[in-house]
Amino acid sequence: MYTHLRRFFTIALIAATCVFNLPARADEPTQHDAGKVAQAVNEEEHKIEHKLEEHEAKFNIGEMIMHHIADSHEWEFSHGVSLPLPVILYSEDRGIEAFLSSNFHNEHHEYKGYHLVHGESEQIVPVDEARKIYDFSITKNVASMLISAVILILVFTGVASFYKNSKGKAPKGFASAMEVIILFIRDEVVKPNVGPKYEKYLPYLLTLFFFILINNVMGLLPGSANLTGNIAVTLTLAVLTFIVVHLNANGNYYKHLLAPTGVPAPLLIIMIPVEIVGVFMKPFSLMVRLFANITAGHIILLSLFGLIFIFQSFVIAPVISLFALFLNFIEIMVAFIQAFIFTLLSSMYIGSAIEEHSHADHGH
Amino acid sequence: MSLLTPNPGLIFWMLVVFLLVVFILSKYAWKPILKGLKDRENEIQGALDLAEKTRAEMAQLKSDNEKLIAEANAIRDQILRDAKDASDRTIAESKDKAAVEAQKIIESARETIRNEQAVAVSKIRKEVATLSLEIAEKVLHRELEDKGAQEKLIADLASSARLN
Repeated sequence: MYTHLRRFFTIALIAATCVFNLPARADEPTQHDAGKVAQAVNEEEHKIEHKLEEHEAKFNIGEMIMHHIADSHEWEFSHGVSLPLPVILYSEDRGIEAFLSSNFHNEHHEYKGYHLVHGESEQIVPVDEARKIYDFSITKNVASMLISAVILILVFTGVASFYKNSKGKAPKGFASAMEVIILFIRDEVVKPNVGPKYEKYLPYLLTLFFFILINNVMGLLPGSANLTGNIAVTLTLAVLTFIVVHLNANGNYYKHLLAPTGVPAPLLIIMIPVEIVGVFMKPFSLMVRLFANITAGHIILLSLFGLIFIFQSFVIAPVISLFALFLNFIEIMVAFIQAFIFTLLSSMYIGSAIEEHSHADHGH
Repeated sequence: MSLLTPNPGLIFWMLVVFLLVVFILSKYAWKPILKGLKDRENEIQGALDLAEKTRAEMAQLKSDNEKLIAEANAIRDQILRDAKDASDRTIAESKDKAAVEAQKIIESARETIRNEQAVAVSKIRKEVATLSLEIAEKVLHRELEDKGAQEKLIADLASSARLN
């Protein structure tokens, strides 16, 4: 699988080297040179074949997929082309340490007493196992998140400046495109679900929607990070929603939780634990839903591309590419739908927690 | 299972970055955008309300006008009817008066005629009497002039008379 591709690249590279070197060596004796080049090429090929055999033994599609959806300490754009990212470590004895991840590019993947372990996911572990370290590195996901944050802030402050500068004018250009989405979130998602006091939660929910959306879409770009398919990210978002819900919940909500009206006393023994589990299930489902949808999409796409390498056929490749294209469109849809659903459910949870009358059924 | 193990470093950065984004966007993006949207909606709503109000006013004006026209028409009809009644009444009264007057005139004419007739008749009577007297006088005068005839007559009369 890898073999052919690599052989192709190697030959192309060598051919390119020869071609580019020709004019420079034109004045040298050609016969002697030709022999030398042939020898060099042979040596290179031997080396590469040796390496390829090594790779062949190691390659499996599952590993490739896991490598692509997992976080990393460097941003790999394609095989061998990667951007080193800063590693930030905190340990009690050494304090904060920061260095570039490219420092791990040595035979033992070791630097300053730390070891970069390539397992299912990358991890930095101290060589001295007694030490405890906290990894606050700007990983690929963090870098991607920072980029998305910058894009979000630039885009929406730009849109905001339109409203400031051209008051009372008809919307046009990019602002009107964003306006449609903002209005949709406000009027179709937040207003009906949160209730009359929706304005307080609108900034959070709008940010939530656009943050998830932009990261979902960015995750579909080739060579990009799989941010919203990372459980740490969805966990944080879900927990934030949980906190927003429970900080703003009124007495009715808590009363309903601990003493549901209209339930006979013996049933309370069952009902109260169920209600309490329900409280935690809501953010949990939010977390898993986003994570699973995005990760599943990535796994499907990567599996399809992996199939090309497994079959190694010129007939299969276009078919799979077409299918992957189709799935990519579906993934774009999923990117929107998941952002929408996360926002919708967050609004519903907030809405049910701040609802005024207690006799209403809280949607369970 | 590394996929399902959240990485604390990522959680930390996620919290920091996301909360910063929420804060910055709330302050510098959502607030002006939502305010702009709301202002515009209010403007549009206001314009629509105004249009609705104007339309209602127009309709009101129109119905007022129609009512005025209807009233004016009714009054005109009333006036016309009254005038016609008045004229009819006047004509009828005049006719009655004229008839009465005519009757009176006819009566007085008849009276005059009767009087004239009576006067004429009495005059004629007088004339006839006078004429008769004159004629009788003339006849008598002529008869008495012939004495022989008279005496003969007396003799005839005396002879025919039977003395019983």
